Amino acid sequence: MRAVGAAPLAPAGVGVRRWVVAIGLLTLVGIGGLLIGAAGMPARGVIGALFDRLPLIEIHHGLSETQLRILFDIRFPRLVMGAMVGAVLAVAGAGYQGVFRNPLADPYLLGVAAGAGLGATAVIAAGWGSVFIAPLAFAGGLAAVGATYALSRTAGGRTTTSLILAGVAVAAFGTAIQTFLLQRNYETLREVYGWILGRLVTVGWGEVGTLFPYALAAGTVLVVLRRFLDVLSLGDEESAALGVNVPRIRRVVIVAATLATAAAVSVSGLIGFVGIIVPHTVRLLTGWSYRVIVPLSLVYGAVFLMIADLGARTIVAPAELPIGVVTAFLGAPFFLLVLRTMRGSS
Amino acid sequence: MISWSEIDVSFSGRTVLDAVTLSVSDGEWLALIGPNGSGKSTLLKTAVRLVPFGGRVEIGGRPGRAGLDIAWMPQRPHLPDEMSVANYVLLGRTPHLGYLGSESARDLSSAKLAMGRVGLEMLADRGLSTLSGGEAQRAVLARALAQEAPVLLLDEPTSSLDIAHGLEVLEIIDALRKSDGLTVVTAIHDLTLAGQFADRLALLDGGRITADGSPSEVLTEQRLTSSYGKGIRVIDSGDGPTVVPARKSHV
Repeated sequence: MRAVGAAPLAPAGVGVRRWVVAIGLLTLVGIGGLLIGAAGMPARGVIGALFDRLPLIEIHHGLSETQLRILFDIRFPRLVMGAMVGAVLAVAGAGYQGVFRNPLADPYLLGVAAGAGLGATAVIAAGWGSVFIAPLAFAGGLAAVGATYALSRTAGGRTTTSLILAGVAVAAFGTAIQTFLLQRNYETLREVYGWILGRLVTVGWGEVGTLFPYALAAGTVLVVLRRFLDVLSLGDEESAALGVNVPRIRRVVIVAATLATAAAVSVSGLIGFVGIIVPHTVRLLTGWSYRVIVPLSLVYGAVFLMIADLGARTIVAPAELPIGVVTAFLGAPFFLLVLRTMRGSS
Repeated sequence: MISWSEIDVSFSGRTVLDAVTLSVSDGEWLALIGPNGSGKSTLLKTAVRLVPFGGRVEIGGRPGRAGLDIAWMPQRPHLPDEMSVANYVLLGRTPHLGYLGSESARDLSSAKLAMGRVGLEMLADRGLSTLSGGEAQRAVLARALAQEAPVLLLDEPTSSLDIAHGLEVLEIIDALRKSDGLTVVTAIHDLTLAGQFADRLALLDGGRITADGSPSEVLTEQRLTSSYGKGIRVIDSGDGPTVVPARKSHV
């Protein structure tokens, strides 16, 4: 037993134990994701084939060429993609929650997802070819967050409420135009809805390579700035009086989170609620500090989406559920739960 | 020394401060007094650049750096519920850390020292939401002290406290000022306490300084009545002027 008040003073941090648990879970779920799938493959063969790929190790795994191709060209990139999208959406959510000091903030709040959705719909409806989906979704996301920011400044100053209301308005506007486009081009309805509901189906290593630089850049920026998110919990004035350039920190975090979200949306469609569920669960389990929430959201975002994808692949097998449906099914009740606790605590 | 020169502030066309010039020497305690809306808080905020203003604020002849040269304690501080006292006080070290930096052993010992000076070391692990009003105010003071800035600006440090706890906080500030040579500027409503603790009082009224001097020079019935309106009595209690309200029927 330690004496009261004699506890060593230390800044909040993740700690070795939490890292071990998080990385352990990530590994376990990752292996599970590789083992389970429509094409039944022996677990021993899959694990053997994985080790066989490591340098200096040769193992007889007994998998056929086709099975190897399914494992390394379909399951593996899809798993990595799911992990990256989940990590990016979760850490973006944590970033937004930090800078807006609002536990309901997430990539969807600012209209980013709606803007990206509109961009993609426009491409599909116009029949421009899928090569334009990513850049236009990206442009739409950035335009939406820009519009949200500008609207909130003109509408009600710099408060969190005005920002959230502006985000809702921008999202509604984006969705309205999207619906209009869909009505005018109903032959593309199915394709657009497939995209809107989120998918990891057609993912190969190419898409993984597209998302990776954004995920890395955004993740790095948010991890580096996580200490400032704790300072911002004191409010703008007190943070500024501590010498923090509040507008700059806020801008950098928003841009990083938005780029990451738009990049994720452009390769995987609209996968909602990850940005709320993950940071909140981490917060419930570990406490208030973004020094812990941000890095652990990266890991648990990856874990969460890999599990959701496993559900999407297996619940109605051999068919697949859109992964966005799985996350929304879990996320909507969770959102209400958060709202309830917020009201309870206020 | 902190000095304000020709400070003008206006919010949407309404003048809040009008050419205010004031300087406070090293180790001096100045109390800003005046009715609600007279510009006391705004004047403090100009020093840490929280409001746009015309004129100059300088610390020892240089533009002061918010956080490093000046610690500002707001009237209504944000106290994140779950944060521990220790982590809250540690945030006071923010001005000393770069973008990529994290707290060194020196930062940790500064925070620990600050908690010790306000008598909060036993509550270091407690969540902020579990503190009493007096303890919370001492935590905010500890965070300001952890900044190790030579100038301490306190906006209504006693307004949420009962008379004994208010006195306790002011005694701590006074002891720190004497031991560390801190320059202290407080905006304060309690005129008797202002007179008891501050070396000098500046009376703000309508955004201008209308009196500046020792407590006995500034706390006169005539001056206070012209600033605050009727109903103020000043009694010489031997321990400086005591300012008491007087109901109309008793005046």
